[in-house]
Amino acid sequence: MTASTRATTAEPEAVREPDRRVVSLDSVKRTATLAAVLLALLVVGAVTRPDIFLDPAKLWSNELTVLSLASAIGVITIGMTFVMIGGGIDLSVGALLALASVWCTTVATQSFGVTGVIFAALAVGTGAGIVNGLLISYGRLVPFIATLAMMVAARGLAQKISGSQTQINRISFVNELASGKILGIPYIVVIFAVVVVLGWILLNRTTFGRRTVAIGGNAEAARLAGINVKRHTLALYALSGLCCGIAALIVVAQTTSGSNTNGDLYELNAIAAAIIGGTALTGGRGTIVGSLFGVLIFSQIANLFTVNNLPTETQRIVNGAIIVCAVLVQQLQMGRFRLPAFAWTRRGRTPAT
Amino acid sequence: MTPEVVLRLTGVVKSFPGVRALDGVGLEVRAGEVHCLLGQNGAGKSTLIKVLSGVHRPDAGEIVWQGEQVSFTSPHAALKAGIATIYQELDLIDELSVAENLAIGQEPRRLGFVRRGVMRRAAQRVLSQLGHPEIPVGAEVGVLPAAAKQIVSMGRALSRRAKLMIMDEPTAVLAHGEVQNLFRVIRDLTADGIAVIYISHRLEEIREIGDRVTVLRDGRTSAVNLDAKTTPTRELVRRMTGRSIEYVFPERHAAPHTEPLLAVEGLGRQGEFSDVSLSVHKGEIVGIAGLVGSGRSELLETVYGARRPDTGRVLVDGRPLHPADVGAAVRAGLGMAPEERKRQALLMGEPVYRNITLASLRRFATVGFTRAGAERAAATRIADDLELRPRDVHRPVRTLSGGNQQKVVVGRWLLGGTRLLLLDEPTRGVDVGARAELYQMIRRLADSDVGVLLVSSEVPEVLGLSDRVLVMREGRLIHQAPAEELDEDTVLDLVMAGSLLEGSPT
Repeated sequence: MTASTRATTAEPEAVREPDRRVVSLDSVKRTATLAAVLLALLVVGAVTRPDIFLDPAKLWSNELTVLSLASAIGVITIGMTFVMIGGGIDLSVGALLALASVWCTTVATQSFGVTGVIFAALAVGTGAGIVNGLLISYGRLVPFIATLAMMVAARGLAQKISGSQTQINRISFVNELASGKILGIPYIVVIFAVVVVLGWILLNRTTFGRRTVAIGGNAEAARLAGINVKRHTLALYALSGLCCGIAALIVVAQTTSGSNTNGDLYELNAIAAAIIGGTALTGGRGTIVGSLFGVLIFSQIANLFTVNNLPTETQRIVNGAIIVCAVLVQQLQMGRFRLPAFAWTRRGRTPAT
Repeated sequence: MTPEVVLRLTGVVKSFPGVRALDGVGLEVRAGEVHCLLGQNGAGKSTLIKVLSGVHRPDAGEIVWQGEQVSFTSPHAALKAGIATIYQELDLIDELSVAENLAIGQEPRRLGFVRRGVMRRAAQRVLSQLGHPEIPVGAEVGVLPAAAKQIVSMGRALSRRAKLMIMDEPTAVLAHGEVQNLFRVIRDLTADGIAVIYISHRLEEIREIGDRVTVLRDGRTSAVNLDAKTTPTRELVRRMTGRSIEYVFPERHAAPHTEPLLAVEGLGRQGEFSDVSLSVHKGEIVGIAGLVGSGRSELLETVYGARRPDTGRVLVDGRPLHPADVGAAVRAGLGMAPEERKRQALLMGEPVYRNITLASLRRFATVGFTRAGAERAAATRIADDLELRPRDVHRPVRTLSGGNQQKVVVGRWLLGGTRLLLLDEPTRGVDVGARAELYQMIRRLADSDVGVLLVSSEVPEVLGLSDRVLVMREGRLIHQAPAEELDEDTVLDLVMAGSLLEGSPT
């Protein structure tokens, strides 16, 4: 620029110096907090059941159980995290899991063998997700309403298909996903891990992930930057549906059956886990690692109640309290990051309003 | 006999970070008068209203209301004291009935139940008083036409026993016949001793309804208590212009205006603008001067495909653009810096580089996987080019000043090989220094053969920056000329009244 323009420059930018890496600092801090909580839960385990938690072999097998039980809800939470970062919500995940599990275990589907079952589960989940996406992006329904309707309808369809009967799965390949192990780790846990890793890559290393954050953060800005918001939103719900299909296979493997009662309240558990992990209900913010921790924390709490023979009613109360605490802590953390700005305004600068 | 002075402001100052919106404003309003506030966009009118209505608290200065020095801590406090503001976006609740809106917050009650009959009768009384007994008190406000809503809003002020009503561009939403209606209501109010502060850009209205005029310029009062009927237009316009800050505009280069890049043919949108035709050539800066509400932002957004046109079409390089499709516009080489940066353009919590590459992500990705290094390098190059301060591209955009945020928005389109840039109020909320830099940058873009279509309510900006100027008023292009052939007064006249010139539309 020319010298004449420089002369008129007041450079007020120079005084704006709040901490510069608010975002990254925030997420590191949150991850550390979540890890500490998980560690604390293990300590609680060690105190209450030292026979399990202080014996390496038993601890290992106990934690594999925790991970196995976390697999289905974990996979769903990854899909939910994408939807929520994109500014939406998917209430139909539990029902879609049930529907996919029922559809893929009908006698007709099983007659197509292992590929038939796997294809049916994934296709039903994805297909229903696409319907959600179409209703929301092209039908302009509010995500809450569209997926609520899908939740009710899919559960009903699952009931109709199965006649409210549990359908035994006779495809041994699928059943072995839960019973079989590789390097001592159940296949379903491996599937969970793969979904987490792929989810992380998708969110952090691809244009898809970036667009998701952009749409959830500011849909209008994304649209005016030339991003096809509708198509992307559709893809997000399809992705969530696909995750439900994968989770359905995991549940079928674990129970060697499909049932219309599967995945009860999974939508709320997945949302809770994502929120604990720092995903914003308003969109634009959230991490895969955070959601993973959210799932593990809930799963570990459930395990602690089980090994201590405590009633599940109490567990639900604790879970509720945890959600409230997690959100309060997050708000506190945000507040702390605003403090320097306050101190800065006190020193004679004008507040923004 | 001179009526008593109900409101007196002296030396009112209000600053926001980076800008002194009010810098010693004085105002004197008498009971029963219509006192007009005149000033260009950004002169401080809105801030002044907000100070008066308790939204903002002044940093310094004195407000004397009915003989007492006051400092309103909230809009509610101002309302209680008898100052009611009728905003441009009426703050009525669409879902409630007229009577409920009139009574809101002070519903007549017995044992906790609202006395609907009493409420309806009170509403009826107020509306009759305003000369509009025909407005149905039971109807939902949302279904009423704009003019009726305005009457309800005034009725609400009246039922609060307001002694001063502030009206911010009340005629902007009204059709011509309704304006006369409004004026009749205003005259009735003032006859009852109620004072009115009236803000409008339309000089003819001020002539008709106003008693005295106070002119604001750059946050100061440049003239007080002029006679609304007799002060010559030249004088008013002169008081509004003649900036205290002179901007340095970059030199124009005679660009070869041969190839039309953008052609707009008969573009129109119901209620916003109609039959707009214009063209932008390679390397040319075309500026549109017009007031808020003249349809200029809507026009720009329609050209960009963010709104669907009712009539007409947009051609780039002679090929029609798919209507209402931002993606198609971007692929054809268009880019836009919208009017409201924060709401329409930026991801405030995301780092600068992600905001810069948002519109051209594909360029930095291999089969969908982003190449972080290439992306950051490109963003850094843009930041260097634009002299972004601070130059750190990892910093969240929200920590940047307005001017630097705008650089990020414009920078986004420098990456993608944009050939036509649409700029809507590019310097709103941008401090003086950064303004000059933005002007330089826009000119440099044009010199590199990018076409620029620019909208601004600041006439000097349009004149200083553009090669060619189009004047827009009430949804129509009413004049166009090379920038050298126009001066500020002429354009302001055209923008406000369209009186100087009849005919010669584009």
